[in-house]
Amino acid sequence: MGKRSKVIEKEEVVVRFSGDSGDGMQLTGTLFSYTSAIFGNDISTFPDYPAEIRAPQGTISGVSGFQVHFGHSEVYTPGDYCDVLVAMNPAALKANAKWMKPGGTIILDVDSCDEKNLIKAGYETDDPIIEDKLGDYHIVKAPITTLTKESLKDMGLDNKSILRSKNMYALGLVYWLFDRPLDHTREYIQKKFAKKPLIVEANLKVLSDGYNYGNIIQAVTPSYHIHPADIKKGKYRNLSGNVAVAWGFLAAAEKSNLQLFLGSYPITPATEILQELSARKDLGVKVFQAEDEIAGICTAIGASFSGSLAITTTSGPGLALKGEAIGLAVMAELPIVIVNVQRGGPSTGLPTKTEQSDLMQALYGRNGESPVVVIAASSPTNSFDYAFYAAKVAVEHMTPVILLTDGFIANGTQPWLIPDLADWPEIKVPFVTEKIDDWHPYLRDPEKLSRYWATPGTKGFEHRLGGLEKDAVTGAVSHDALNHQRMVELREEKVQKVANFIPELEVIGEDDADLLVVGWGGTFGHLFTAVDELTHEGHNVALAHFNYIKPLPLNTKEVLKRYKKIVVCELNMGQFANYLTMNFPEFKYKKFNKVQGQPFTVIELKEHFITLLEE
Amino acid sequence: MSVESQIKFTDFKSDQSVKWCPGCGDHAILNSVQKAMANLGYSKEEVAVISGIGCSSRFPYYMETYGFHTIHGRGSAIASGVKVANPRLKVWQITGDGDALAIGGNHFIHTIRRNVDLNVILFNNQIYGLTKGQYSPTSKRGFISKTSPFGTVESPFRPGELCIGARGHFFARCIDKDLKHSVEMMEEAAAHEGTSIIEILQNCVIYNDKTHNAITDKAHSEDRTIKLEHGKPMIFGKDRNKGLVLDGLNLKVETIGQNGITEADILIHDAHCEDTTLHLKLADMEYPDYPVALGVIRAVKAPVYDQCVESQLNDVQEVSKIKSFKDLVHSGDTWDVE
Ligand SMILES: Cc1ncc(C[n+]2csc(CCOP(=O)(O)OP(=O)(O)O)c2C)c(N)n1
Ligand code: SF4
Ligand SMILES: [Mg+2]
Repeated sequence: MGKRSKVIEKEEVVVRFSGDSGDGMQLTGTLFSYTSAIFGNDISTFPDYPAEIRAPQGTISGVSGFQVHFGHSEVYTPGDYCDVLVAMNPAALKANAKWMKPGGTIILDVDSCDEKNLIKAGYETDDPIIEDKLGDYHIVKAPITTLTKESLKDMGLDNKSILRSKNMYALGLVYWLFDRPLDHTREYIQKKFAKKPLIVEANLKVLSDGYNYGNIIQAVTPSYHIHPADIKKGKYRNLSGNVAVAWGFLAAAEKSNLQLFLGSYPITPATEILQELSARKDLGVKVFQAEDEIAGICTAIGASFSGSLAITTTSGPGLALKGEAIGLAVMAELPIVIVNVQRGGPSTGLPTKTEQSDLMQALYGRNGESPVVVIAASSPTNSFDYAFYAAKVAVEHMTPVILLTDGFIANGTQPWLIPDLADWPEIKVPFVTEKIDDWHPYLRDPEKLSRYWATPGTKGFEHRLGGLEKDAVTGAVSHDALNHQRMVELREEKVQKVANFIPELEVIGEDDADLLVVGWGGTFGHLFTAVDELTHEGHNVALAHFNYIKPLPLNTKEVLKRYKKIVVCELNMGQFANYLTMNFPEFKYKKFNKVQGQPFTVIELKEHFITLLEE
Repeated sequence: MSVESQIKFTDFKSDQSVKWCPGCGDHAILNSVQKAMANLGYSKEEVAVISGIGCSSRFPYYMETYGFHTIHGRGSAIASGVKVANPRLKVWQITGDGDALAIGGNHFIHTIRRNVDLNVILFNNQIYGLTKGQYSPTSKRGFISKTSPFGTVESPFRPGELCIGARGHFFARCIDKDLKHSVEMMEEAAAHEGTSIIEILQNCVIYNDKTHNAITDKAHSEDRTIKLEHGKPMIFGKDRNKGLVLDGLNLKVETIGQNGITEADILIHDAHCEDTTLHLKLADMEYPDYPVALGVIRAVKAPVYDQCVESQLNDVQEVSKIKSFKDLVHSGDTWDVE
């Protein structure tokens, strides 16, 4: 390696790979994040791809991006603004220039900046750098297409295959920029194209040539240096929120000794959970790809009746379709987990973008008094934990549980310290097996108020369940007025009892903070980073982030009582704030809401909190 | 049937009083199901009776087995889940013409297409009974009901045609009050692996009384229906002198002894024939042009969904290196932080 002219020392860096949706940016970003993680940085990633599979080439709507945030200390978000942008065409530059940090580095494939592409991207002149006023950035005008062609000219590859390896050239150059080893990516290429030795050879060559190009331009290009992070020892792997959910259920199935059954219908951004579990036949998962979301949940309810750990996965529009069946599970008091990976709504809305606007639907979106447990995961990796606990609560309390995640944490990844299941709690399944005197289907556990689970095949416990109201004692159909009131109350109380089995709400920060920031679900990373930075800057701000929504943790009121100023931040019009108002009307809640299909940025949060502090 | 079995049909009766209207065809069907299950030697705990919503769907409450009265139209999806999760269970689905063919149409056809091993009993009274008398997807064109005071302007489904169109492999038809034949049909359906559909022509005394009378009435029934049996000639009529023959691509009713027709000219019923052409024609026959076909019209072997799910699991488990959660999380790309 040549001597580097200028090395920028950084605590943390955000890199965004951006190109046409056919340019392989998702793979490039993933490989880069792996290498950073293996190097020992903490990382957080987020893919950002168009709703259309192949949107018009070269246009802004066709831009596909992958952002990696990595650092010397822990990172909680994929980052708001980037230090380094790789733009494979003018559209990628146009779409992302506004997300650059001042003084950052932009690697642009200048070969792609022909008149046609510039027009498609919406540029009016032939110099996008001047037009977008990017003069203050380090611009690396790399002729990536030409260099890739040059690199492979003697390999006998067709033009299409050559152009397809452009992303490896860019990746090599970025590795140079951060002084990272190529080993992991080399291994990946060898494995992935094992059956096509020529492609392996070509990709490896392009990767190294991209790296070496860095040495050629080092005189004019700064490079970055980020130390490894000080993170907990152990074995790690990268995990996205969606895969984490799938694996959380696998863990719960193994712990409870139940067969896992998934009934589902594909829908963005939840499909990956269905795909991941479909591949897990080796672990005995039964997956039923149903004809629609209603059948998805109904097959799961049937499987629950049969004694499986039954789940269904979907996004907002699918949750709407499942409403009536969730009510059936409430009435029949059968365990089931409904995962809703929230996206922008209403209707088809913004299918590939994130939002938290299904909270009220999860809590109340059914006919009748229809209480269910609602839990929200708050990061890609803790989606594993909350899927596990959602299953545990469902089974142990014989209740439907809605697990909320969102497009942001579902697609984002983080390094995950691989757990040992032996350290995880037991899941006690309330099956009945031996004859119990006076048994009836609505006999309840006195502590939890939950029924017992008698599954077909068990002799002596034959019984009928159904959506009609049941007599509280005999379990027979009953239209009695007072009995109905009693059953409605029992079902609500049963859900409230779950509060005795979940952790208390934790507050990050001081009891006397001038501002309590409240959030729930997938906004944790941004809220935490904002509060953490403000604290380091000398402000007294605290954060209370909720994962258990219904029932709320037992100490919720006690926590809220401590603070004079409370701001509830969420990616909707204020649904959780309204829910808190309903539960604790004695407190005043300020709202900070954003409904743009995008996560919060740390910067906008900090600005807003400072204004509140100054009020 | 199985003389050895100890179980009696009364063992399948629950302690709940049956609440259908006096004279409703559902009473007879309940008896037939209980008789069939006793004949089949079922034990109570291995049976799950799943229904949707409708008069007919109250059925599970009257059965001393496992039962689930679910939501309107979704019975086949829930029954599919029950069966796929535990293929050792005998899963019977009870549904009505509205439940199965209107709100539940999508689940009905997809269950049939997948061929989940369910015995589906479709109570066809050509009316919405529980909601007190609106026309249904099987009501005849022009049918007058509370929601069609001037007659319907839509054509009905023919359940047999729909079943076969959805690639069904078992379809039978019988009449509510013919217990002996109904029990036979149920036993055949139970013996068939895969989705079996039995359409029972059921009388709703209150909202659609005598709708099937033209064919079910004792005085005419033998002339206006034909009881198909696999391997037997398609002969019917009080005098057993009428039969079905092929006329070009169509079926035709002939009288034996007229126009030179002998018994040898009459078609032999082959319920096991893979090709659907003749089964469709038989299922679609309507009075007065034809006798209505009763009996097992189609019973063809095919791969069964719930069995295939299990065997695929077994196949993958045999070769996969991943045997536990631990194996899974340690597979693929991992790294150590020291
Ligand atoms: C979602 C929903 N929509 C409508 C109804 C009202 N409903 C109950 S039963 C029924 C029709 C039943 O007809 P069918 O399935 O033929 O059963 P039958 O009563 O005739 O046996 C309707 C429309 C309901 N219970 N649920
Ligand atoms: S309304 Fe009709 S179908 Fe319903 S119970 Fe009465 S007779 Fe039977
Ligand atoms: Mg009906």
